[in-house]
Amino acid sequence: MQLTLLALILALLTLIGFMIGRSRAAASVGGRVAELHSVPSYHGVYVALWAGLPALLLFVAWTASEGWLAMQLVLSALPERLTTGDGQSVALLKADILNLAHGISTGRNSDPLVVEAARRYAGFRDLAGWSLLAVGASLAVAGLAWGRHRIGPDLRARPAVERVVRVALVVCSLVAILTTVGIVLSLLFEALRFFSVVSPLDFLFGTHWSPQMAMRADQVGSSGSFGAIPLFAGTLLITVIAMAVAVPVGLMAAIYMSEYAGRGVRTWLKPALEILAGIPTVVYGFFAALTMAPFVRSVGEGLGLDVSSESALAAGIVMGVMIIPFVSSLSDDVINAVPQSLRDGSYGLGATKSETIRQVVLPAALPGIVAAVMLAVSRAIGETMIVTMASGLTANLTANPLQAVTTVTTQIATLLVGDQEFDSPKTLSAFGLGLVLFLVTLCLNMVALRVVRTYREKYD
Amino acid sequence: MTDLVERDAAAVTPSPASTTPPKSRLRSEAFARRLRARHAAERRFRLAGAAAVALAALMLVLLLGSIVAKGASAFLEARIRLEVTLDPADVADRNYAAPLRRALYAQFPQVTDRAGRRVLNDLLSSGAPYELEAMVAKNPALAGTTQTIWVRADDQIDQLVKGGYRRDLPESERGLSDAKVAAADALLASGALAQGFNTTLFTAGDSREPEQAGIGGAIVGSLLTLLVTMALSVPTGIAAAVYLEEFAPKNRWTDLIEVNINNLAAVPSIIFGLLGLAVFLGFFGMPRSAPLVGGLVMALMTLPVIIIASRVALKAVPPSIRQAALGIGASPLQTVLHHVLPLAMPGILTGTIIGMARALGETAPLLLIGMVAFIVDVPHGLTDSATVLPVQIYMWADSPERAFTERTSAAILILLGVLILLNGAAVILRKIFERRW
Repeated sequence: MQLTLLALILALLTLIGFMIGRSRAAASVGGRVAELHSVPSYHGVYVALWAGLPALLLFVAWTASEGWLAMQLVLSALPERLTTGDGQSVALLKADILNLAHGISTGRNSDPLVVEAARRYAGFRDLAGWSLLAVGASLAVAGLAWGRHRIGPDLRARPAVERVVRVALVVCSLVAILTTVGIVLSLLFEALRFFSVVSPLDFLFGTHWSPQMAMRADQVGSSGSFGAIPLFAGTLLITVIAMAVAVPVGLMAAIYMSEYAGRGVRTWLKPALEILAGIPTVVYGFFAALTMAPFVRSVGEGLGLDVSSESALAAGIVMGVMIIPFVSSLSDDVINAVPQSLRDGSYGLGATKSETIRQVVLPAALPGIVAAVMLAVSRAIGETMIVTMASGLTANLTANPLQAVTTVTTQIATLLVGDQEFDSPKTLSAFGLGLVLFLVTLCLNMVALRVVRTYREKYD
Repeated sequence: MTDLVERDAAAVTPSPASTTPPKSRLRSEAFARRLRARHAAERRFRLAGAAAVALAALMLVLLLGSIVAKGASAFLEARIRLEVTLDPADVADRNYAAPLRRALYAQFPQVTDRAGRRVLNDLLSSGAPYELEAMVAKNPALAGTTQTIWVRADDQIDQLVKGGYRRDLPESERGLSDAKVAAADALLASGALAQGFNTTLFTAGDSREPEQAGIGGAIVGSLLTLLVTMALSVPTGIAAAVYLEEFAPKNRWTDLIEVNINNLAAVPSIIFGLLGLAVFLGFFGMPRSAPLVGGLVMALMTLPVIIIASRVALKAVPPSIRQAALGIGASPLQTVLHHVLPLAMPGILTGTIIGMARALGETAPLLLIGMVAFIVDVPHGLTDSATVLPVQIYMWADSPERAFTERTSAAILILLGVLILLNGAAVILRKIFERRW
């Protein structure tokens, strides 16, 4: 409530600042705006920035630290017997306080001290909200007054405003870097916690995967073993099947569209392939699970083969179909980048069109095509929904495409869906898998993108 | 090409098979044979290309066809007509099942035993009393009157009407008892069981009962998520693109940012889910299943797409525009904001729409941040528990009921419809504003 109010107040003050700045700048030179250093609207923006920016920064810093501060205050007031203990019990205590403060029942009778703490916590939060409102609003008003005071014919308002805008632009472009840093740090941090329980060698080279851990000591059959080889093998198997579908079909489609198809055909085919590329993966997953898998199974049974109902073949074929437009549009680009003079030279020697394509165009485009295939492989490895919906969950070390296998992404998704505790090796193993997945796809992408880049420069 | 020349050179010597020496080596039979073979290879190659395209198109048709075939019927739902007498005592007790049952029994006076009546009760959706309750709540004057109303039928009856069960199979293999089939047939014959447009599908939230489940909640969840995504990623993406394209000096740092953005665009989407789980949920303690967190994750995911598209659009604006603006005294920032950016806007918009379409269809990262929850209520705010359309599809696809398969397909059709609209808008925008300098 206070936040909405503050946002409204800030917006209003910023607007008022703009108006005041503009009119005051014009008034300071008696309406002869040519005597101002900057046009009046820059003066307006200048005052508006003074009014809005400091308060906004305060607002961000405050909301980021407020919950933590209030919790520390509350915890320091509790007796030691509650707050000392292992990390888990403190985390539980914090969760209880938060739930009670938000009026959610914890489902058990809480310690009156905790209830009291929750009440105090809610009180702190409320107080903090109102004081933020007061401080923020007065900061905005002060900023507005200061900005207004600075306005005059000699104020270099435009450079000042442009400096702020420039900083904002830089900050925006750093978000992408921060995202990568965030990905690497979060994966690394959680994976290291996992590797402190399970040795990295056992994880990377073990051949038995069953992440279920025993909850009680006397439970049967849930030892929890984290050998990821079956997952890597399953991922590889499905990727190979997908590539066996996508690369020939995608490449031939690209060749046909760029070298053979007439204008009329192309105007119909390109959008069709784009539709194929725009279909969400969950739809492919549904198609794989409900149409392709039964089809593969019935065909296999017709041939007298034993086909699992969640065969790797069905998931792989559908994934291949998903990747066809990806391969074809990337190959289309590199084939079109091959200079026409090479083709003309080949025709001049009497080669037919297909000979030209096979012996001149494709070798010239080969680095780009290899890069396209690498990007496609990286996509197949990272694809989640198709395999989650259409391939199995049991880790199965096999090269038989008719059997069910599981993949890295499937395991990540199933390990982390539903209720989970952050500390169990079962949950953390997903981050270990994620780290491997990230590194592998990163290498593929880096190499492929570099190839594409150098190759493009060669013909430009 | 060298081997071609060599082979032609070999053709100069007449082959032993030919008796008369050829007048020209171009007329030799060996040459003609080779030419035929080369032309045949040409045709084969061309055919292979056409076959590849045809295969891709066939897959598209197969995919869409199978989903339309499965999902088209979900836009209709079976309803049962009842003459309900609303006893004021029942209304006071909020016992709305009783009047419905009485009305149903009245249509089958011959059924008096308990087993038979249980069959009749199962014809109606378990949500039918709530429909009646909502009706009375809207118009309290209905108490004590007799009304002709249509209420939802159970999903099995719905499927029977749509032909989902085979009547010629014996009872044990059909999955639906003969008694129910007979009762439904009797209702059909009297016109008291009919199909109407399925509004539940569009308005309701999720439910364990297929006939009461809808994608209303998921659509609102998707909208809220997309709103957050758009509010964050569009301004940030455009600003980053403007900086990198127009202001950034060419040095190691900006090179690093560029490589980084290209790589980020190719990172598997599930990795973004792990990021969201570890950072937003684990570190910042944001609520699970909230559209706010989903939107944040999606924003980070679509950011590279928007940056790359915006940079391409900015690059397409010719330098003469910038020079003209600078020449009449505009500052670099004014040049960009007043001249370059407006000219690049159509291209940026197209890229943005495509990025949003991708975010709308994305599922995997949202699974990890808990948006795969069974949520009956339509969400009202950014921190309410919510699910999105693709995740709803994923959850329904797991349900064994035949009626859920139908609804999954219908949800997919709606999702695809929205995506095609978005992509179509992008294509049209590109066509309208396409500009050659």
